[in-house]
Amino acid sequence: MNKLVSLVNVFALLSLLAVGGGTAVLPQMKHEVVGTHQWMNAEQFTDIYSLGQLAPGPNMNMVTVIGYHVAGIPGAILVLLAFYLPSCTLVFAVGKVWDHFEGSPWRDAVQRGMAPITIGLMASGVYAIGRTATINFSHSMRHNLITVAITMIVTLEILLVRRVNMAVLILAGGAVGWFALRMV
Amino acid sequence: MSDVPAQAPKVPLAKLFWVFFYIGATSFGGGVIAYLREHLVSRQKWLDEDHFLGSLEIGQTVPGLVSTNVAVIVGSHLRGVTGAVTAAVGMTLPGAVFVFILGLLYTRFKDNPEVGAVLSGVGAAAVGLILAVTLQMGGREIRKWHDWIILVPAFVVVGIFHISLVPVLAVLVPIAIQFNRPQAKELATYHAQQAEYHAQLAEHHEEVAARHAAGSESPS
Repeated sequence: MNKLVSLVNVFALLSLLAVGGGTAVLPQMKHEVVGTHQWMNAEQFTDIYSLGQLAPGPNMNMVTVIGYHVAGIPGAILVLLAFYLPSCTLVFAVGKVWDHFEGSPWRDAVQRGMAPITIGLMASGVYAIGRTATINFSHSMRHNLITVAITMIVTLEILLVRRVNMAVLILAGGAVGWFALRMV
Repeated sequence: MSDVPAQAPKVPLAKLFWVFFYIGATSFGGGVIAYLREHLVSRQKWLDEDHFLGSLEIGQTVPGLVSTNVAVIVGSHLRGVTGAVTAAVGMTLPGAVFVFILGLLYTRFKDNPEVGAVLSGVGAAAVGLILAVTLQMGGREIRKWHDWIILVPAFVVVGIFHISLVPVLAVLVPIAIQFNRPQAKELATYHAQQAEYHAQLAEHHEEVAARHAAGSESPS
């Protein structure tokens, strides 16, 4: 019961802090789940985040797996509601008044001001996951070389080549992992 | 100042649900925004390009997942509160069920080294993906030197020192808006436009009132 209350508190707050999308709250989510509440270790958190990348739709649905891990089916359902309801209600309300401020220079100022915050937070999200998934000193040197190579190839493909569908890239990462990371 | 709801086509709720359910079930590998645009603008023609970009703007500025936010805005535009709930549930449900099943398999097989190896590869690829998206957005949005004064502290304080987002946003958002505050000239132009608009509106109301008065004096 206490766990359910903590889960709802943590994820409802994260919902309202997810500026510019889910990646922005990854550091705080990891900190709460792994550090403060110790519901799982960093390795498991990263595994669950990776599972989420295999699923279609919004890229943070994996929060439901965290809920399940901590408190079973009720946890899974409550976390999903806690993570979506607050921000959905807020965006519904803002959507109603947004047009009213059309052409207002202040609306543009808010939008332009949010951009660097969003990108800085996204970078911290990349760092939070990358610290376990890409560079991880508890693994061997060879393991690290392979994960760094996978990350770099995917990034360069998306930025420069742009030929391969992102879902295929994720699956290819999994295939390379299966071939190259089993024994290291 | 267009009255948007007047142009909204009457979309059946079941149809609304299925279109978002389809997007939510097929948009593998991130980039949900492109799927949304394809279905809502190109195929269903529920919105035009400008209106879609407008919805995207709100979805990105307000906290929450951008794709779910856009679903709420488009759903509410088409069918009010019921539409917003329908679209958001349709968008989120398939992926949530999918990842939930993966989660069940994970709890069962997490100690299997082969599963661990696959997930390590997937995780490394996922980092590559969000890194690329971050760099792309940064390249597009970061224009002025003062953007870096906001971006770097946001990264350091949250990413490295794990300070809670509540105080970080409370401090950084006002500073960032202040950096981008409109010039006095812009504000003056805007207020002049608003005043003109309201004057026109008042004039129009007077005209209508006068017509009504004339109508009630000599009933036809």
